[in-house]
Amino acid sequence: MKDLLDIASLEKKQIEHLLSLAEDLKEILYRPIPKVPTLRGKLVVNLFYEASTRTRFSFERAAKVLSADTLNFSTGASSVKKGETLLDTIKNLRALGANLFVIRHPLAGAPHFIARSCDVPVVNAGDGTHEHPTQALLDLLTVKEKLGTLSGLKVVIVGDIKHSRVAHSDILAFQKMGSKVVVTGPAPLLPEPSEVSYFALEKGRFKVEVSPEKALSRADVVIALRIQKERHGTALIPSYQEYHQFFGLTTELLLKHLSEGGILMHPGPINWGIELAPEIEKFPRQVILDQVENGVAIRMAVLLTLLAGKKDENTN
Amino acid sequence: MRILIKKARILDPSQDLDFVGDLLIEEGKIKGFDKRIEGVEGCKIIDAEGLWCFPGLVDMHVHLREPGEEWKEDIETGTRAALCGGVLRIACMPNTKPPIDSPELVKFVLEKAREKASVKVYPIACITKGQKGEELTEFGRLKEAGAVGVSDDGKWVPNSEIMRRALLYARQFDLPVISHCEDPALSKGGSINLGKMSAKLGLKGIPASAEVVAVFRDLFLARETGGPLHLAHISLKDSIKVLKWAKEEGIPFTAETCPHYFTLTEKEVDGYNTFAKVNPPLRTEEDVEAIKEALKEGILEVIASDHAPHSPLEKEVEFELASPGMIGLQTLLPLSYKLVEEGVLSPIKCLKCLITNPARILRIEPPSVKIGKNAELILFDPREEYIFTQELIKSKSYNTPFLNKKLKGRVKKVILCNFLHTLC
Repeated sequence: MKDLLDIASLEKKQIEHLLSLAEDLKEILYRPIPKVPTLRGKLVVNLFYEASTRTRFSFERAAKVLSADTLNFSTGASSVKKGETLLDTIKNLRALGANLFVIRHPLAGAPHFIARSCDVPVVNAGDGTHEHPTQALLDLLTVKEKLGTLSGLKVVIVGDIKHSRVAHSDILAFQKMGSKVVVTGPAPLLPEPSEVSYFALEKGRFKVEVSPEKALSRADVVIALRIQKERHGTALIPSYQEYHQFFGLTTELLLKHLSEGGILMHPGPINWGIELAPEIEKFPRQVILDQVENGVAIRMAVLLTLLAGKKDENTN
Repeated sequence: MRILIKKARILDPSQDLDFVGDLLIEEGKIKGFDKRIEGVEGCKIIDAEGLWCFPGLVDMHVHLREPGEEWKEDIETGTRAALCGGVLRIACMPNTKPPIDSPELVKFVLEKAREKASVKVYPIACITKGQKGEELTEFGRLKEAGAVGVSDDGKWVPNSEIMRRALLYARQFDLPVISHCEDPALSKGGSINLGKMSAKLGLKGIPASAEVVAVFRDLFLARETGGPLHLAHISLKDSIKVLKWAKEEGIPFTAETCPHYFTLTEKEVDGYNTFAKVNPPLRTEEDVEAIKEALKEGILEVIASDHAPHSPLEKEVEFELASPGMIGLQTLLPLSYKLVEEGVLSPIKCLKCLITNPARILRIEPPSVKIGKNAELILFDPREEYIFTQELIKSKSYNTPFLNKKLKGRVKKVILCNFLHTLC
């Protein structure tokens, strides 16, 4: 594996490897001095062409725990302001000694584009409305931890499926691991009939359900998506109030529909009062901060796999 | 200078001519053709056994990029690519910078073409000033200056009343109105066909309705006005259904497609291949089959290249930022010839789509194999297979998904009036 660009191109075996590596590495985070020298001397460049809190700091934290050096790039403070192209930016940072690029970009395929034109590993940290593979991996890790398995589950994703890179990665990731995925939300934000054949990896494994109640029924995992205010405003949804009334999740709704032991996840940042009712913060089966913690472990596993090559077996 | 072509398969779609024989050219004009021509003194003899000899193609949909975007292409390089592709007449689209929307700009293109073009250039002018879709251009003066049609190509005319008026006015001047059928309200922000591939790549898809809605509106306006409507680059099975309905209704219209719509599918875009990004987008296998069937049935009458050069500045970028379009002057003939090989079209029918039908729509006399006419002929080897490498490309740009792919059928020689060009 040279790059981590999307879940679509990962095989189940590769996903399993990353999950088990992350499980092993997570222990480091609980040590009195959470640092190992494995990636000492490696330079990880975080290229963030879009705002991010969790993903960016999570990658940085992961790199630092593994003793890699990091450079953080954000568009506002770089020559992108002067009109430098993505390709030139990459070439220059490569010349500065980058050993791996982590890229978040508003345009789909940007990580694929740079992976084609540079010789060091590229990790997609979210590209436009395409994929966000490390988010899906950390979601898998969280579910595996909480429910003990990834197969035979009913995973329900609620919200703007069409424009969500998290949803696109999760839909594939959970199916690849043997679960069933149901998506629901406002109809104009759901996959089109002509797109369904891509998302359904096997017959009966994927469903677009217009009724949120039907979708949620007996769910083992519910993933609420963020309404992307910065991307669409209210252009795609008549109003946030209406969204909350028909597609927002409440404790009552979750208690009614979740299977025994079922959990609620959210990739963050949360619009409280829109996709989630504020009281959900106290809901005992929401695992939103566990996801954040697992994000560091997953990203450690990814960096290690891409940078340390065959040495991943004896990291501890 | 006398040239005697021996033992060629001579084809002329303007008179359904198809025989093996000899053809004599004298002083740039066709002097005679027959099963055998013997005893002519002082000729350059071309042994053309196994080759096809037919008039040069008429490509009614070409972007030459001059004025304004000469780093992508100019009239000199674009027409040289045309010559090498066996395209000896081209109609160039007006979406240059500035757009060709005045008689002065039409004359500018013609003047530049006189100076440096290798083939004949026929300018198409804008339907609306600045291609803004608001005010009609001066159809009468544009025609007088040499425009052979009007088009806001690259853009549809979204205001139906403006388009209606354009058709009424164009009818008066007998100027074809060439419509780029994509409703921008539906296609905006889209980079590829809506479907499996848009889902895979996470790109906004352009729905079929963007084309079909536009096709239907334009046809209905043509019915009401009797205006000379030509629909550019049709790409969809569903559009063909509407075109069939329009034929049954007796609506006056003509329609074209391009080789990429009967050769490639949306799969070509996989991996964010910007060379396969084009408007309208590449569609599905079903659509490819429907386009072939429509050519066979004569619903689509023209095959044009939609030659759209872009440099690495516009193509080696993030997919959504990449400009749509691909070059096509040198692949037009081999890709169309494939339809003959597949038995979709007869050789004569194929050449009608490439020569006589576009000429008729542009109201120009087609090149032909007739005694006394200017020699405008190509010698084509239908058997030759070759890799379409960057060295073969005569255009300034090399943005084509057929780059480094195998093609079959190659233009060997071009005879254009007094010039004999040996290409390979």
